[in-house]
Amino acid sequence: MKTILEYLDLQAMLRPEKAAFCDETVCYSFSESKEMTMRIGSVLLSAGANRESVAILLPRSATMLLAMLGTMRAGCPYVPLDAELGALRLSSIFERVQPRFLIADESTEPIARENGFSGTVIRISEAMQTEPDLCALADVYHRLLDVDPAYIVFTSGSTGAPKGVIGKHSAMLDYAEQLTGVLRVTDKDVFGMQAPLYVDACLKEILSVLRCGATLWIVPKRLFMAPVELVRFLNDHAVTTVCWVVPALTLISSLHTFSEIVPTTLKTIAFGSEVFPIRQLHLWEQYVPARYINLYGPTECTGMSCWYEIDRAFCDGDRIPIGRPFDNTEILLLDESDHPATEGEICIRGVCLCHGYWNDPEHTAAAFVQNPLCASYPDRIYRTGDHGRYNARGELEFLGRIDNQIKRMGHRIELGELENAALKTDGVSGACAVFDPEKNRLALAYTGTAEKAAVVTGLRGSVPEYMLPGKVLRLDRMPLTGNGKTDRLAVHRLCFPSKPSAVK
Amino acid sequence: MDTLLEILSELRPDVDFAAEDRLVERGLLGSFDVVMLVTRIEEEFDVVIPARLITPETFRSAEALYSVIQTLSEED
Repeated sequence: MKTILEYLDLQAMLRPEKAAFCDETVCYSFSESKEMTMRIGSVLLSAGANRESVAILLPRSATMLLAMLGTMRAGCPYVPLDAELGALRLSSIFERVQPRFLIADESTEPIARENGFSGTVIRISEAMQTEPDLCALADVYHRLLDVDPAYIVFTSGSTGAPKGVIGKHSAMLDYAEQLTGVLRVTDKDVFGMQAPLYVDACLKEILSVLRCGATLWIVPKRLFMAPVELVRFLNDHAVTTVCWVVPALTLISSLHTFSEIVPTTLKTIAFGSEVFPIRQLHLWEQYVPARYINLYGPTECTGMSCWYEIDRAFCDGDRIPIGRPFDNTEILLLDESDHPATEGEICIRGVCLCHGYWNDPEHTAAAFVQNPLCASYPDRIYRTGDHGRYNARGELEFLGRIDNQIKRMGHRIELGELENAALKTDGVSGACAVFDPEKNRLALAYTGTAEKAAVVTGLRGSVPEYMLPGKVLRLDRMPLTGNGKTDRLAVHRLCFPSKPSAVK
Repeated sequence: MDTLLEILSELRPDVDFAAEDRLVERGLLGSFDVVMLVTRIEEEFDVVIPARLITPETFRSAEALYSVIQTLSEED
């Protein structure tokens, strides 16, 4: 087996009429999904796409999922995009990748044009009505290797330029195998998908559908502002499994939702490697008996790499472990002199490793390095920049970042990227971003003559929505440490002054 | 109303909340903000906003949000 498309073909034979990819307006069966991906792939080939990156800018929908798989049919890596990424991020991706082809619809084509895309636009509605060219598809598939790139997804880069992580087919196959084993996915499962489609987080649901014949429902974004309606959506569609960021789960538990409505069909609840406030976890456990699984993994290692199923009671302030690696993945903890240790930088080995960063040999060489424990042959590991340790039970724990990267709503954010974006506003002379993981609050302190409103307006045009700080603070001067660097701890104290908790 | 506007502009200093009536539609308030906003409002106004009232409709404008808070305060 070379790619996950072979699973789609298999499911189309085993359960052709079963619902595979659904959203509010349309539901594609497995046989329709197979057919549509072949049509989309054929149109790309006849337009001249030849093992090159194809950008996809469509509304978050089941159709976009087919466009991603259809691009793989043509032997081309897909670059998934969304208008909510914002003008600067989109134009920077178009500039870095220089795609010749874009899959879009009438609503998104103008957005791509405005942000510097000058190539050929494939209209998705037309592509889905074109007869597939079976010979051309077979020929491309025959030449495709499982180590070829399957997609490029962009994450925050500290210097301001986003980094394109190149995933490969063999890693997707491995991830499909390991993840569906951990989640124990069957064809009876229904996934409610929260993730945006421009990040690798959405692979969990896609791969579960393809590997096991499960069904996926895209949960509309607006429901993550309407907790009661959100739970009703899960119940109405008999959703059994969610893989959500922690704030999406706490949205439900912290707003008194359970006193009005309780999820009745959920059996498996997986969540990302952010702080899950224990009090919120307890509320969930109290109202929803299910398997609770903590997942951890960097985009560079194709989705998730470690898992821990909650098997005991945690108290306030406890750290939920990230447990152990998936089968066929190894975790190394390396200390400052690259020796194995019980506490150190989390490094990852396995077929899950991505190829590196698109057109960026420098960052690739820094993060994807020779395994220091292997001197005899090339053996690549990925240095996550995450700090980890083994607890007394031998479970892996995530302690934080070695650098200034944070995680918010499942998105990786380099504080440096936010600071650089702020510095582009006229009248901003210094900037420092800080994050409070407990409250999930991001703040930006700046110095200079610019008005707060101007700083935020500038940021709104240049960083994705999820990177906007919840608080902006103007300082007369930036606090400095003894050796003249920005004193991040002092800025943190200024942005998040601790006050005695309110008496109610 | 002034207290509410203060809470809102703490969250998004660039938005004119008194004038804007498409806060959610225009992406000015996101789901990241809702939990914090509700917590702050419940503290300040000493009300409990029931989950069924937490919808994009409630958060479309400061005015809409304020009328929800007022109704809740009166019920008390």
